[in-house]
Amino acid sequence: MNVVVCIKQVPAKIKIEIDPKTGTLRSGGVDRAINPPDLYALEEGIRIKEKTKGKVTVLTMGPAKADESLKEAIGFGADEVILLSDPAFEGSDTWSTSHILAKAIKKIGQFDLVLCGKQSIDGETGQVGPQLAEALGVPFVSLVNRIEELGEGFIKVMRMSDEGHQLIEMTLPGVITVVKEINVPRIPSLRGLMAAKKAKIPVWNAQDLEIDPATVGSAGSPTRVAKVFFPQRTQKSEMLQGSPESQVEQIVERLRQARAI
Amino acid sequence: MEYFLSEQQKTLKGLARRIAEQRILPVRAELDEREEFPWDLIKEMASSDLLRVFIPEEYDGLGGGTFDLCLVIEELSRICGGIAISYAANALGVLPLILYGSDAQKKKYLPEVASGARLAAFAVTEATAGSDASAIRTSARRDGDHYVLNGTKQFITNGGEAEIYTVVVMTDAAKGSRGASALVVEKGTPGFTFGKKEKKMGIRSSATRELVFRDCRVPVENLISREGMGFIVAMRTLDRSRPGVGAQALGIAQGALEAAVEYAQQRVQFGHPISAIQAVQHMLANMATELEAARALVYATARTIDAGAKSFTEESAMAKLFASDMAMRVTTDAVQILAGAGYMRDYPVEKMMRDAKITQIYEGTNQVIRNAIALEVLKRKARQE
Repeated sequence: MNVVVCIKQVPAKIKIEIDPKTGTLRSGGVDRAINPPDLYALEEGIRIKEKTKGKVTVLTMGPAKADESLKEAIGFGADEVILLSDPAFEGSDTWSTSHILAKAIKKIGQFDLVLCGKQSIDGETGQVGPQLAEALGVPFVSLVNRIEELGEGFIKVMRMSDEGHQLIEMTLPGVITVVKEINVPRIPSLRGLMAAKKAKIPVWNAQDLEIDPATVGSAGSPTRVAKVFFPQRTQKSEMLQGSPESQVEQIVERLRQARAI
Repeated sequence: MEYFLSEQQKTLKGLARRIAEQRILPVRAELDEREEFPWDLIKEMASSDLLRVFIPEEYDGLGGGTFDLCLVIEELSRICGGIAISYAANALGVLPLILYGSDAQKKKYLPEVASGARLAAFAVTEATAGSDASAIRTSARRDGDHYVLNGTKQFITNGGEAEIYTVVVMTDAAKGSRGASALVVEKGTPGFTFGKKEKKMGIRSSATRELVFRDCRVPVENLISREGMGFIVAMRTLDRSRPGVGAQALGIAQGALEAAVEYAQQRVQFGHPISAIQAVQHMLANMATELEAARALVYATARTIDAGAKSFTEESAMAKLFASDMAMRVTTDAVQILAGAGYMRDYPVEKMMRDAKITQIYEGTNQVIRNAIALEVLKRKARQE
């Protein structure tokens, strides 16, 4: 089975700083690591590969330095990695990112399953997985916590939802996003990491992907960040006086006023 | 301090730290409490190639030297000295084979140890023979193409869990230490059983057990080197492994120092953190200084060995001695800084103090180690005259 895993490189320690001009997250100069939720996708991809004697290709879109995360993915057991990098991709929102990833997956050619983490720990949108499925024109299941069955042309998965669990069968090729309950990611192997150090990471740019630079990056991203701010911590308290009975009446009255009841 | 690690050593150290922090840290207290051998963790170390580090490349290893091994032991010990010793004792178990084994023996055993399929252990100590290895009573009588073993080894790290044992026995008791020989005995050999599992003060997740031989027949091809070489094999093996004990002491002390610093900055007394008190600051300063001095000695010794030095008995003994005495002091001071909390098992430093104690005892008590160093110092003076 041919598996594609999409990962993102994020700040290793989240210490949020917002660029006041653009309203985006500042991430320069900090240690970077594979987005932790993506490690579960990578682990699941490698397990599928081991079970089906298939292949795992890992993709990331990002700056040149994102190749470190791809090298780490090799250490975990990825067969092939590709860095999608081009100045034109900078400032991509989730729509642009998922279209770039889709172009790359189409260029790879045949694939059975695409795995993503449920969301990134910096942007936290959780949009790239579903938008990628849309761009590829294949079915999609989010928040998978267990793969029940991998069959010929289909997959049966357990999906976490607010109300409980859903057992879903989906035709392949398709895209799933996974949650941390799905597995315990392995520790990479020393031989893998050493091989990774020497690995040359292939880079695909906009031209390689036949992407018009105007349709991606900040220019091609429909998302407009209106404002990003730290929410003000406000706390208002008031002590009610009187007997317990009158306090209850006062509470009920306040709740009515607040249209809470 | 900058120790100029190679890229590969940085990767190795980083990986060992990752395993220690992600996998060992969450379970160390429980394994210590339950005195349980960490098989899951050993398997994890195997799958991440850590058991390959000290095995030569031609036998599926990574061909790392003493320094590489020390880096791994130090990182594991920083989180848990007990799990680290299970790892280190495995390396010790195959060292006699790496140093003196025939090609056939190496081909048979080393790849299995590299992959983690089987663990190894080294056995010298007996009830009557510790520092005095010439007092070994376990006998091996030649009978055709077998040796017949009788006797009991005690306090054997990885005993019962390991499958490959390098055992020092007497093939000719009349010759004293020159009548000792080293043999490989596999778990499952008829006549080879395990005795008492020891209850220890520290390193409690590691297995320490008796090996009992009753008319145990071992094929002669399991003899390491020649008959009569057992004592030499044991001494050269320990020369090479003692920096590993030093590295274990470094890791334990590092963990204790970090815990002490963290606590001193959080614990408020008299309106300020106790780290603002000069008495505490000086304790931390001494701990950090002694630790770094010990690290420099252990690393320099390991590099001396890896550079191909002919004799390093003295350096290796010094590294073990200095680092283990340091670790005992540093962990004791860490408990002192955490005070009441430090004495409780909810905090990690009392375990570190218990774990540190063994480093002053095994692979030669620090008293017999001093004898060895003194002997080298005096011999050198004699040679000059």
